[in-house]
Formats: sequence, C-alpha cells, structure tokens
Amino acid sequence: MYAAYEQVESSELAAPSAWWKSWRFALVAVILTVAAIAYVAWFRELDDRQQRALAWVTLVAAVTNVACATVGCFLLLRRMSLMGDALAHSVLPGLVVAFIFAGSLNIGFMFVGALAAGLATAFLADTLNRRGGVPADASLGVVFVSLFALGVVLIKRYTGGAIHLDFDCVFAGELDLVGISSNKNMSVGPFELPRTLVSVGPVLILNIAVITLLWKEFKVSSFDPALATAMGFRAGRLHYLLMALVALTTVASFEAVGSILVVAMLIVPAATAHLLTDRLSKMLWVSAGVGLLTAVAGCALARLIEVNTAGTIAVTGGALYGVAVLLSPRYGVVSTLLRNARISARIVREDMLAMLYRLEELATDRQLGERQVVQAVGGGLLANWGLWSLLRRGDVQRTDRGLSLTASGKQQASQLVRSHRLWEAYLVEHLGLPLDHVHEPAERIEHFIDERLREQIVADLPAADVDPHGRGIPDAPGESRS
Amino acid sequence: MQAPPVEIHDMTVAYHRKPVLWDIDLTLPKGRLIAVVGPNGAGKTTLIKAILGLVPLASGKVELYGQPFHRQRHLVGYVPQRESVDWDFPVTALDVVLMGTYGRLGWFRRAGAAERDTAMASLESVGMTRFADRQIRQLSGGQQQRVFLARALAQNAQIYFMDEPFSGVDAATEHATVSLLQELRSAGKTLLVVHHDLQTVREYFDHVILLNMRLVAAGPIETTFTDENLQATYGGRLTVLAEAAEAVRLGD
Amino acid sequence: MDLLALPPNLRVLLGTSLLGCVAGVIGSLAVLRRRSLTGDMVAHAAMPGLCLAYLVAYELGIGRDRPAYFLLLMSGAALTGLIGSALVTFLTRWTRTRQDAAIGIVLSTFFGAFVVLLSYIRYLPGAHVAGVDQYIFGQAATLLTADVWFIAGVLLVSIVTLAICFKELKTYSFDADFAHSLGWPTLSIDLGMMAALCLVTVVGLPLVGILMAGMIIIPCAAARFWTYRFGPLLVISGAIGAATGVFATLVSAEYFVRWFGFDPLAFGYNRKALPTGPVIILSGAAIFLASVLFAPRRGVLARLIALLRLRSRTATENLLRALYELGESQLPRLAPHQLEEIQQHRRWNRGQLTWALRRATWAGWIERNADAIQLTASGHQRAAEVTRIHRLWELFLISGARIAPDHVDRDADSIEHVLTPNIVGQLEAMLAESGRLPRTAATPPQSPHVLTGGNDPVGTLSPGGG
Repeated sequence: MYAAYEQVESSELAAPSAWWKSWRFALVAVILTVAAIAYVAWFRELDDRQQRALAWVTLVAAVTNVACATVGCFLLLRRMSLMGDALAHSVLPGLVVAFIFAGSLNIGFMFVGALAAGLATAFLADTLNRRGGVPADASLGVVFVSLFALGVVLIKRYTGGAIHLDFDCVFAGELDLVGISSNKNMSVGPFELPRTLVSVGPVLILNIAVITLLWKEFKVSSFDPALATAMGFRAGRLHYLLMALVALTTVASFEAVGSILVVAMLIVPAATAHLLTDRLSKMLWVSAGVGLLTAVAGCALARLIEVNTAGTIAVTGGALYGVAVLLSPRYGVVSTLLRNARISARIVREDMLAMLYRLEELATDRQLGERQVVQAVGGGLLANWGLWSLLRRGDVQRTDRGLSLTASGKQQASQLVRSHRLWEAYLVEHLGLPLDHVHEPAERIEHFIDERLREQIVADLPAADVDPHGRGIPDAPGESRS
Repeated sequence: MQAPPVEIHDMTVAYHRKPVLWDIDLTLPKGRLIAVVGPNGAGKTTLIKAILGLVPLASGKVELYGQPFHRQRHLVGYVPQRESVDWDFPVTALDVVLMGTYGRLGWFRRAGAAERDTAMASLESVGMTRFADRQIRQLSGGQQQRVFLARALAQNAQIYFMDEPFSGVDAATEHATVSLLQELRSAGKTLLVVHHDLQTVREYFDHVILLNMRLVAAGPIETTFTDENLQATYGGRLTVLAEAAEAVRLGD
Repeated sequence: MDLLALPPNLRVLLGTSLLGCVAGVIGSLAVLRRRSLTGDMVAHAAMPGLCLAYLVAYELGIGRDRPAYFLLLMSGAALTGLIGSALVTFLTRWTRTRQDAAIGIVLSTFFGAFVVLLSYIRYLPGAHVAGVDQYIFGQAATLLTADVWFIAGVLLVSIVTLAICFKELKTYSFDADFAHSLGWPTLSIDLGMMAALCLVTVVGLPLVGILMAGMIIIPCAAARFWTYRFGPLLVISGAIGAATGVFATLVSAEYFVRWFGFDPLAFGYNRKALPTGPVIILSGAAIFLASVLFAPRRGVLARLIALLRLRSRTATENLLRALYELGESQLPRLAPHQLEEIQQHRRWNRGQLTWALRRATWAGWIERNADAIQLTASGHQRAAEVTRIHRLWELFLISGARIAPDHVDRDADSIEHVLTPNIVGQLEAMLAESGRLPRTAATPPQSPHVLTGGNDPVGTLSPGGG
C-alpha cells in the first residue's frame, strides 16, 4: 500500500555517494597531511628535553580530551550541556574536602568527594526546581555557583600554601607542569608517569567500556527516555550513571585543566561532531577525533607562543568548532548560504526560460535582447550570471535579433509553464480564487512542483489542457503516448 | 482461559497529588483495534503512560495477560507522541527502528544481523526501505510517523499503544497506517490508539474507550459510540471533579 | 571629588549592597526570561576583554592609578561580553547547536582565551598580572569612590527605566510572543535587557568576578519563595541583593569579629587576601537557604506545618464520622462507643487515632471516659456535617461520574477533607436538582453503600500523604 508512495518520494534525494570519495574529504585529508608534516618537522627542531616535555603534555591532553569528548556527546544530545558546566564547577568543594582529609591530591578520595558533590548538585537542583518552583536553569545556577564559591573559600582557608591546590589550578589547570616538574609524577610499577595521566587514563578506559557495553541503552534512553523506560532500561538510572561518569571525568581532568576549562573539553568536540555527522556512532568517533586533534594542535600552539596550554586547547577547540559552523557540508552556515544562492540562481534561470517560452508562444517575431531579459528578472549579478549559465548549457542561444530557446531549453520551459498553469487551474478549481489572484502564487510555486505533483494535479482537475486564462497547458514529456 | 491483554483495576493516577484519572476499571479484549477518545486534558496520554509504568499509580493495579507490566514488557509496543521527539538527534530511520528490538535483547547485548533484518522487514512493511539511511529530520511528517510505526512493529508485540499516530500526517499516510493497523488486528494483536478525530472513529476502529478524567464508557463501537455517551464525555463538564482535584493539589 | 570621598568601609558596604540591589532587579528579568545561565556566560566571556584592555593600557602606558585605566578595563570586558552573547544568539539561530550547548561553548572558549592572555601578560616585562588576576574572584579593596557612584548611577537608571516601562517589561517577561503581537519592539526590548545584563555583570566583575552569575540568579530565586507577583518580586529581589551585600560586608568586617568575638569564616589575619566574590555569593546562598526554609506559604517549614495540620484535621474528621456512623441507627440518642468498636470500624494508624482523640476532646467534640467515647452535642453537629460532605461526594461520584458504588467510599475518604464550601454548595445544588437530596436537609443523606468496617485501605490517595 505504501509502495507507490515510496517510488515517487525516493527520487527526491539521490543515493548518498560514498563519503570518502567526496572532494571535501580529500581537501580535509590534504590539509591534515600538510599540518602533520609541518608538525613533525617542527617537533624535530626542539631539543631533547623540550621534546620529552611536549610529548608528555600532548599525551595527557589527548587522553583528557578524548575521555571528555566521548561522554560529552551524550551530554550534548540529552540537552544537558549546562549540567556538564554545573558539575564541572560544583565538584570543587568535594575535591577540596577530600584534599583536606587526605592531605594530598589522593585520587581515590577526590573521586569520592567529587562524586558526592556532583550528585548533590543534581539532586539539589532537581528538588529546587520541582518542589520549590524555581526555574530549572536558575535552580541549577544557584546550586553550582554557591558550591563553587564554597570551594574557593575552602581552598583559601584550608589549603593555603599547599602545592597542588590553589587558585591557578582551579581556573587554569597545571598541564604546563606535566613533564617538567618531577613532583607532578608518581611511580606506577616500574614506570614514572605524570600523576594527571594516572588519574585520566583509567577514566578514559572506563568511559569507553561503559559506552561500549551500554551502547544501545544509552542510545535509546538519550533519544526516547519513555521508550527506554517502557522497555525496562530505566532512563532515570542511566541518567545518573551518565552524570556520575561526567563527574568522574571532571575530577580526573581537574589537575590538568582545572574546573572551568573542562567544559570546553566536554562540550565543544561533541558540538563540532554534531554539526558534521548524522549518526550517533560516527558522532562519537568524530568527537573523539576532534578532541585528539584539538589536544595535539593546542599543545603545539601553546609551546609555540609560550602561553598556558589548557587555555590554548580550549581556544583551539572553539576555533575548530567555528570552522565546522562555517564549513560543515550539511549544516554549515556557508553551505546553507550557498544552497540558498543555488536555489535563487535556479529560480532566476527558470524565470528567464519561462519568459522566453511565453514570448515564443505568442508567435510574434519579437525577440528580447540580453539586456532586456536580464532586466526583466530583476537585473543584477545573479541575473547576469544566470543568463550566462543558460547560454553555456545550451538552453538559450543568441540569434541575430536577440535570444531564443534551444530544443532542450524549450523542453524545460514547457514543463515550467505547465506547472504554472496547472497550479493556476488548481487554485481556481479547488480554492475558488479569482482569476486575477492566481498568477502570483503560481509564479512562486512553479519552481518547486515536480512531475509527481503535476500528475496529482492533473488527476484532480476535470480538464488539464487549458488554464483559467484560456491559454493552453503544455503536455507532459511522454504525454502523447496516453 | 487466557487472561485479557489489559486489565485495569480501580486505577487512580495523580500528578503532583492532583488526580487526573479517577478509578478506572477496564478490561480490553484481545484482537481489537481500540480508540481512546476524549476531550483535551481528559487523561488519554496518561492512561497509556500509566499502563506502561511511565507514571506512578496512586492506587489500583494494571495487568497485562494476568501479570504485572514489568514481567510483560516484551509483549508491548509503544508509539509516542511526535512532539516528544528530538528530530536533530543523530540517528537514521533504520537506527530508530532498530531500537524496537532492544527490549528483547536486554542489557549489554548488542544488535546483530538478525535484529537488522527484523528492522529492515518492519521498514519494508511501512514502505520506508529506501529511506533507511536518512537522518530523521530529513523525512516528511508522514514518513517520520511511519518510522515510529515501524519501530513498534519491530518490537513484535502483542499489545500496541499509540499516542495520536495520525496527528500531522497526510491523508495517504493515514489511510495506509489504518490498513496496517487493521492487518495487525487480524493477526490477533491488540491495539490501543489515542485518537482525536471523532469523524473517523467509526470508520477505523471496532472498539472505543470514552474517557474524561474517569471512564465514561468502553465497549464495541456499535453499542458504545453513541450520542448519549459522547454527550457524557464531551458535554456537561464535571467542574466539581476538576475543582476537587485542584483542592487536593493545593492541599489546604 | 574629595567632598564625596567615602571611608573605605562605607565604600565597600555601599558598593556591594548597591551592586546586589541592581543585580537582583536586572537579574530577575533575566531569570524570568530563562536567561539565568546567560549571565554566567557573560561573566566568563567578559574576562578576555579585561586582558585585552589591560594590554592596550600597557602599550599606551596608562597606569593603574589613572581613572582611564578602570574605564578602559570595563569597556574591554563589556565588549567581549557582548560579543559572547551575540555569538550565542547567532549559533542558536543559524546552526543546529542548541542554546545550552552554545552557552557552554562560548563560555569555555572565551574563558580559555582569558587564561591564555593571562599567562601571556604574566611573562610580559613590567606588567602586573595582579591588575587582572584579582578580577577572577573579585576584590572589594580595589573599589574606588567613583566606582560606587557609578554603580549607584546604574541602579538609578535601571529603576527609572523599570518604573517607566513596568507594564511592558512585565508583559514581555511573561509572554514575549504576545508582546510581539501587540506590535511592541520586542527585539529592542530583548537587546536592551541583554545589554543591561552585560552592563551589570561587567560592573560587578571587580567585586564578584566570574561568580557574578550568582549575584544575578540568587536574589530572584530567593524572592520567588516570598511572592508570586511580578512587581513585588522585583522589589524583594532587589532588597535581597542589597541585604546580601550588607551581610557579606559585615561578615568580613573587623568589627564583626570585635563585637561577636569570633570570625565566622575564620579568615583570621589573612582576611585581606580572601577574594570578596565567594564571600558575597555564600552570603547570598545563606539568605537563599533561609528563604527556602522560612518563607511563609512556600517555605519548607510552612509547608510542613500545613501538612501536619491537614493530617490532624483528616484524622479528627475521620474519628467524628466513625462515631456518627456507629451511632447512626440509634439517633437522635447519643450513645457512648468503646474504643475497640472505633478501631474496628475503619483502619487506623495508631498515632493518628490517639492524636485525633486528644484533639477532639480538646475541642469539646467528644467526652471520654476510659475507653468509652461519646459525642457531645457540638461534636454531633460537627460529625453530621463531616458525614454529610462525605456522602454528598459519594452520591456525586455515583450519579455524576458514574463510578461504581463499591469504589466511592475510599475516594470520598480522601477528598472530603479538602472540599471547599463552594464545592459543597455546588454538590448540593446538583444533587437537589436531580432529586437525590431533600432541599432542606441539614442532616446527612443515607449512605449510598453498605457500611462495612475496616475494608478500606486508608491513605492510598490521602492528600498530604502522597
């Protein structure tokens, strides 16, 4: 029963060509290759100590970014970006309390403290919203800003003079010290690793493991919580699991990038990926890839201009997102503008064809010159360009007295005029519009009426050979058969 | 004798203490196409959500084939209201339909080739195979609705709950959908459909539930879909019932 | 200028409280338009502007003591703050990125730029990073008299604007589409409100820093517990903001320690080094918490009391009705009933029954002689009233809502206690019309179902219980 329907509609969109064959992909690949070569060349210029430091920093940053970028996708899709922001801020008091108890940045204590603070945030904000009638965003704001302030006061009051936890660490991170300062290292078995890596590494593995294991559960509960619950996947529990993952990731990244910049690592790669893909699995890969790229590029840039690394990574991420906003093939601003321009150009071309067709239909000897045709459709760059492309395609030809349609131009123009007049007839027949009101709407819609709709209109009309003004409606392409 | 597909005893549902459905007693027969009809705010969507355990019951109980819902999840298919969907979500039509098979898979297991075949078959029966790889925003309203219908089919359920499947779809889709629903009924499935177009109830359905905060009537179309019952459902609003519900909400 | 110079303590007090007031008022408008977190974004996005302006000042050789320095920094902050909010609008409108994500992206990217610039300034020869550093969490000590007057000016302008455009802003805050349909320049109003938000945020940076979002959100969120109305909300919100400033200053002031003998936040001698932002925000949070707990009607305490009161009334009324139903057959004689009888008549929660007995005795509705309980004359009247409402509701459910007679008792049980006289009046009229109720009857009608003891599960729908 749906078969006929399907046949027609599928013609609208050509089968998507293989993405790796597109020129855009080739361009991106070329740029990336060039950048990689330049990077390697530059890296080899550095002295030994610098190379080692940069390598460690880049490794830590990459692991942090990828860990954040994966959970970030679900945050973004569940419209919980601001919850990520809030959690990143509000785990601070938990961290500080844990620090005070443990006397150092003990990872286990910090996880517990931050998890408690994170869950308290979610719970308090939810309660204020539902029981207190405070708007959702405001209740979140009240809770996380207050908790963050508490954390700052606690730091000042109780950890003054401590090496590992101060204001700088809160807002700028200590990524720069990785690989330089040996008291940032800890030994794991035979290896001497940066402590930040020891905390972020396992979280990355945990994030990947949870997402892989619970892939379909996360997918369905993000897309349709009601369905997930009805299927027995308790969307609520998955929600809290996700928040726990975010809180963990935030804590693990705290020492490297602080508690504000981590927001950039959580949301920005995911938002970039959301602009580039239409499938969840791809989105995760792209997000992780963008995170990785951001980390490598950010670390190199920071080294190059000698500024804070975590901040540079955040800015680089923002810049990559900006590029995606402009240039994303399907959702980019530039491609949207281009698409609109292309439609406008088509409309101008078609208007010119239809005008020439009508002129020839009148069977006068008169022919319009190029300038007249261009003026008639509004003039300007677009019209000139439209005429040029019509000539180039061979739909219109120059004669000694002006412009005339070629056979192919005539064919296209007749279908346009057919659309126009059929629509006029339809408006008069079914909507009862007066004759002098039907031309304008038909003029607008003629460019969007396709073969299928034309046939439908024909079926709905008692007679489809004359329009309401008494002019003949051109035949469909294969009409003579029937 | 087999227990009926849905049996509701004495069910009351309240949002924030305010009752929205009072004392529903209802038994749905097997193999029927059932319309849920009532004015706005009558609790039609709530009825479905309560049966599916999406909102807590203030009292009473619901049984599907004689068992509580959480034991019978695999027998149930659900089509939500279109408004509740995030159309920018990065999923294709096939992904959405594939979700229908997740309930059977249970925790941790991933969808394989068998599930993919089920999903493709469901898409085929709604005539959407060609659109399997399209992101859902890029489908027309009718096509989107058919994808969700296909998802319900992929759930391979015995009882289907559909919330306004005909809202915002074109006439062709509506007709094709009704035929599909009727086919399902012929295959012995039970379908509960929230419907707002009174004109077509008689044409599409064979059973009707009239709802307005409480159950007004339920039964076969011929005997139940009468002017008198419609009057009781739509006319003569029970202001007292609504006011009392409000009084409960305010609490003092 | 010298004439107007203020002593440091008063300067800080005035500065923080005036800022709190203006942030509370402007912030309320933002919160009502669901823009709470836009304030947060602006506060973060303003920071790189500070650095850029500092760099300009550094290049031009403008020292920290010159008034132009402060002005330059503020305009830099305002500029990037505005750019940030423009970017959020652009991203939300032109891409598929939603507003929440756009806010997060702009916030974190701009803050990243701030961190980068700050680290750049740090290595600049002769630059004082403290000139920018202190803005992160605010430092009231830097406040000049001119700043205080500036904040006062902003407050005055916003109050005057609010007073003039009160009804427009009220309508717009509630329903922007409706305001648009009236032909109002909603875009201009929106931009104006955005600009005001940016201005307040930037003005607050020296005192509160990136925590400025708290100053914008907390007063309004607290005020919502005190009132539902728009005008009072703005006033209360402003007052709470001002109180926050006063409270914060007092808490950090030396004489607090001198008067009360302790330092609440235990800052001790290094108080000066503590940034003021967190102290102000925590003061605000304390006032917010107090509002949540103690506000009339909506506060936690008030609701708890209301709930207990309802429970107590429900229990007492149930007791009275039980007594009435037990003695109904012997009317008009009032006979004593044994406690055991009452316990069997319906299911009781032990504590509730004890409480109800005590309360009914105290109200003079029952007389109690050991386990024998008897209604007094006034108690009988009250019991008849309660029973009457119960049965009216049952009759209505059966006739009006077509609910089966064996279901109505439990429903009526939970509803009867909250029915207003208005609803009872409607019920009477309705039932009298259909002839089910003698028009003049003040006595309860017959129970529409068999009275059996103890079979109704109490409290499933109990108001207040759920």
